[in-house]
Amino acid sequence: MKLSETIGELEAEVKCCESSLDRDVSWCYCSDLLSDVMANAKKDSIWITLQTHPNIVAVASLLGLSAILVSRGAEPDPETIAKAVQENIPVLTTKLPTFEAAGRLYNLLNG
Amino acid sequence: MEKGKKPVSKDIKHEYPIRGMDFVAAGEASSNIKHTLQLIGFAPAIIRRAAIAAYESEMNIVIHATEGTLKTTISPERIEIIAADTGPGIPDIELAMREGYSTAPDHIREMGFGAGMGLPNIKNVSDEFTLDSTFGKGTTLKVVIYNQ
Ligand SMILES: Nc1ncnc2c1ncn2[C@@H]1O[C@H](COP(=O)(O)OP(=O)(O)OP(=O)(O)O)[C@@H](O)[C@H]1O
Ligand SMILES: [Mg+2]
Repeated sequence: MKLSETIGELEAEVKCCESSLDRDVSWCYCSDLLSDVMANAKKDSIWITLQTHPNIVAVASLLGLSAILVSRGAEPDPETIAKAVQENIPVLTTKLPTFEAAGRLYNLLNG
Repeated sequence: MEKGKKPVSKDIKHEYPIRGMDFVAAGEASSNIKHTLQLIGFAPAIIRRAAIAAYESEMNIVIHATEGTLKTTISPERIEIIAADTGPGIPDIELAMREGYSTAPDHIREMGFGAGMGLPNIKNVSDEFTLDSTFGKGTTLKVVIYNQ
């Protein structure tokens, strides 16, 4: 599935890298612990988190994640967006809490 | 070998300075290392392991030390990463290696660091793992990943 096909269901706002929404999404990982993500998130996943600081971009980029989805209405720092543009990692936000966003994505990816 | 000529090493060596508590630059050394490995053409699974080792050791310097360096030596057979810093050092290495053990302060934990998973992660992805530390002096972590 393409990242662009998940935006509606996730009620997501695209904060940057609109031109990269055609990338593939095959799975998802939910965590607010960076070392946990580092150990367990698979390539081409959407990472759902409440973390908003620039280092999340480094993690996503190193692992080849498709996008970062910041949940429950949290706002990524401006430095985070700047870094995401540099690294070409789409950052999305949603008002949905992590569980609901993940549930919707699970249904989409298994649908 | 001809007299007077030095042996030519085909190893690619890089060195990256790391500054403590700089969370905007944090990860850039690891990112550079990953790009170098991609350019050379290592397999994605090897690159992933090296990226995890580089990132976790870089972040440990950023979070727990004041300054240090990441040095890489890359050959077709192996990727070596040496993370060295100038302190404060680790008083009890066995304890530091335990999953879940962390001395990260609250404001660092709020950022999602301090799960106590970094060193165990590095060990899991490496073929050789050597952690040396002198409390009050500094820490040196050497990791080797074989290209196989
Ligand atoms: N370079 C270092 N200098 C000083 N202490 C260190 C260093 N690296 C690790 N430590 C000590 O070892 C502990 C465990 O490190 P580890 O990387 O496993 O977890 P963490 O950094 O606390 O959390 P996480 O890596 O999950 O974000 C740290 O909390 C710290 O006390
Ligand atoms: Mg760590």
